[in-house]
Amino acid sequence: MATSFAEQPSGQTGSGVDEVHILWISEGMSCDGDTVSITAGTLPAIEEVVLGLVPGLPKVHLHNKVLDPSLGGEEFLTPFRAAVRGELDAPYVLVIEGSIPNEKINGEGYWTSFGNDDVTGEPLTLNWWIDHLAPGAWGVVAVGTCAAYGGIHAMAGNPTGCMGLADYLGWDFRSAGGLPIVNIPGCPVQPDNFMETLTWLLYQAAGLAPVIPLDEQLRPQWLFGKTVHEGCDRAGYYEQADFAKDYNSPKCLVKIGCWGPVVNCNVTKRGWMDGIGGCPNVGGICIGCTMPGFPDKFMPFMDEPPGATASGSMIAMYGPLIRKLRSITNKTMNKEPKWRHNRDALTTGYDPRWRA
Amino acid sequence: MATTRERIKPESRNVVDMSWDPVTRIVGNLGIYTKIDFDNREVIDCKSTSSIFRGYSVFMKGKDPRDAGFITSRICGICGDNHTVCSIYAQNMAYGIRTPPLGEWIMNLGEAAEYMFDHTIFQDNLIFVDFCEQMVKDTNPGLLDKANKTDAPRAEIHGYKTIGDIMRAFNPFEGEIYKEALHFSRVTREMFCLMEGRHVHPSTMYPGGVGTVATPQLFTDYLVRLLRCLDFVKRSVPLNDDVFDFFYEQLPGYEKVGLRRTLLGCWGAFNNPDHVDYKYENMNHWGNEMFVTPGVVVDGELVTHDLVDINLGIRILLGSSYYEDWVNEETFVEKDPLGNPIDKRHPWNQTTLPKPQKRDLEGGNYSWVMSPRWYDTRTGDHLALDTGGGPLARLWATALANKVDIGYVKATGSSVQINLPRSAQLPEMQLEWKIPQWSNTIERDRARIYFVAYAAGCALHFVEQALNLVRQGQTKVFQDFEVPDEAIGCGFHEAVRGVLSHHLVIRNKKIANYHPYPPTPWNGSPTDSYGTPGPYEDSVMGLQLFEENDRESFRGIDIMRTVRSFDPCLPCGVHMYLGKGKTLKRVHSPMLGMGGST
Repeated sequence: MATSFAEQPSGQTGSGVDEVHILWISEGMSCDGDTVSITAGTLPAIEEVVLGLVPGLPKVHLHNKVLDPSLGGEEFLTPFRAAVRGELDAPYVLVIEGSIPNEKINGEGYWTSFGNDDVTGEPLTLNWWIDHLAPGAWGVVAVGTCAAYGGIHAMAGNPTGCMGLADYLGWDFRSAGGLPIVNIPGCPVQPDNFMETLTWLLYQAAGLAPVIPLDEQLRPQWLFGKTVHEGCDRAGYYEQADFAKDYNSPKCLVKIGCWGPVVNCNVTKRGWMDGIGGCPNVGGICIGCTMPGFPDKFMPFMDEPPGATASGSMIAMYGPLIRKLRSITNKTMNKEPKWRHNRDALTTGYDPRWRA
Repeated sequence: MATTRERIKPESRNVVDMSWDPVTRIVGNLGIYTKIDFDNREVIDCKSTSSIFRGYSVFMKGKDPRDAGFITSRICGICGDNHTVCSIYAQNMAYGIRTPPLGEWIMNLGEAAEYMFDHTIFQDNLIFVDFCEQMVKDTNPGLLDKANKTDAPRAEIHGYKTIGDIMRAFNPFEGEIYKEALHFSRVTREMFCLMEGRHVHPSTMYPGGVGTVATPQLFTDYLVRLLRCLDFVKRSVPLNDDVFDFFYEQLPGYEKVGLRRTLLGCWGAFNNPDHVDYKYENMNHWGNEMFVTPGVVVDGELVTHDLVDINLGIRILLGSSYYEDWVNEETFVEKDPLGNPIDKRHPWNQTTLPKPQKRDLEGGNYSWVMSPRWYDTRTGDHLALDTGGGPLARLWATALANKVDIGYVKATGSSVQINLPRSAQLPEMQLEWKIPQWSNTIERDRARIYFVAYAAGCALHFVEQALNLVRQGQTKVFQDFEVPDEAIGCGFHEAVRGVLSHHLVIRNKKIANYHPYPPTPWNGSPTDSYGTPGPYEDSVMGLQLFEENDRESFRGIDIMRTVRSFDPCLPCGVHMYLGKGKTLKRVHSPMLGMGGST
């Protein structure tokens, strides 16, 4: 069944499937923080998807270790094993969480595993599962920055040689559904960014949506097309060269470590949960956690980004002037027009026969 | 269904290897490998395993110490903020600064919301699936029949007529409480995000304070959400009590499930800004002013509540792990700032020297985990403390220490009282957690739901304090600082699932040594150098099975309930380094031991 679906040309609409399995493996170099994060999502909520409350979506069978009702072990692994044998009863989306270790550098050892070989009893590596599940998947999703690009565990000096899923499978990888890997970066992933992307993919699987639009780094374009700064409610301070000198200030944080102007992320717009929380909009420097260059290119986090020194000093030439002019206008705007009074005269300029 | 492999032993033909790998409904990668004697319905051996290596302590060396709070958050995907906060405590000590009072209240408010969120999602959406109708029907159908016929004693408060009704309400994704708990977990995470910016890796937390914009609106937004949570909290406690009491009543002997000697550690939580100056010399004083009192409880006795004693007693034993000893390596800290000698096996002096090798189960090394232990100066024992999943140790230590009294929560010497104000549906209510007879599976789980109420009570106090400061115009939340050339620091906190410490050494303004010890290495450690098994193993070995299924359809519910009662959080356990790109060649599946070193 999986294959018959997979044979459909990519992006075909109008003829979709009724059921989809989500095979989620969080055994990459991860903290399981993306799984935990998505339980905070409400747009839509995971239980709404699982219970079939979103019209048009296929029936979803979620197989995620943290949320799975089973006791674990073989109970939990059954659909994964069936998918490897090509015997799963419906197409599946493979979700990988955590970065992919380099298993070529450690002989017969391994860095991370997921269950055991049912014949030999030896541990099965994450890489083995990816090799066996990715090609047959209708879609492949890398959730979180670790799976997308390597993230914190791929920091300089790391022992595992780990990398993102596209580094492992190849950036030109195509799933059985004809899709590239879909990266949803973030450390952790913003809950609704994941849920919304998943929903698009499910609509697409149902034949109700065109191919998901991705950018060169394989991110959904509508989520990662703008910078943090472009969505930040503190950007007005930047424009006026009015910078926070320490974290007590509600002003622009670029002089004390914020990388927002050069980071692709929508969290300043979307907030963290239904508009609540976020990063620089609520006093947290942007450390670039959605980016392929995270974390090394943003460290040390609490210092001014080198580029901000240049742009900041250019703005400093005219920003204070703008601020001054605006404060003058602002003062004017804070005064009511003079005809609003309680004297015994009407001074509004009232004229019932006024003509131009 | 567990994986089964027959073991033919001459003395018993019915001892079977059974394993659960991966264990579901926990965070991280855990495998449980047991030997079960089905004739006598007893677990005769248990090993816990994990199989993932990342390497935090190693890639943090040489980095700017101010980055430590951001990096260490990524150790854990459910309570990362506990690491950030603990790192900030350790850095504040090293930099010689204190967080301004409002910053401290904001941190406390964030952490209180974290406890409320995390304990609830774990209890109601993960743990309680083991107690739900669908599960009990499968593992103990006879018990479910009784549950359907047993009136819930506290139905008047929570609204569920029978125990069976409660069990149905916990059915995954469909049950009423399951869904309500997910909603609750979101509201409490919104409260968290108001204070710490983002869940699970916070954005607004810095050494020296917070960047959170402290307006009246911030605290109003928090307070109204908190108040709307109170009905759920007030119903959850009696509802949990009804289920747990039912298990004791209907399954005589169930108190022995997961039972181990009472050896509990709590490192304290919620600093009091009127007292905490982060000076090591004053640590005993400000530790005792925390709103969760630190302490070590041995056989029901509070052995110490002094954070200095707690710090001095920490020992990292090599045990059965794949490391070379560091006795001949550099000693970073000879004496603490009070002049007490610091042991070579203390985290400040640990140098991680991984030595990959073949596993040797027969008296050799079999784990990447070291064994954290606490040295009891009275007896010379290296105690394998556990955290009771967090809340059991916190409530026990706080109750015995008898120090906390802020109205909403009060220690009495033998109990902890929680006083919650009137809410939309339920009147003012006092909940009282009394020190239990046992440190077992049920009591670990019961304490968790009481601690949700405890955290809610604390949050009410904190938000009042914060609003008072804001109304007085005292809105400073951050203290600027310079990173010193050389310094040491330590932070003590309670991660959601138990003790958390960060030990930091700075040289030339860089991290020279950094060792976090989260709860899971304590709970999940393997047999140590003195032959003492770790708490998971200890509590499952000798467990009598209450599951009604025979061997063919055995699911292992009592074992899984016991393991989950500790709230295993494996990413915390397994952030250790493997060294030079060499992994151990492991040749078969039961990889014993689990993460624990850094």
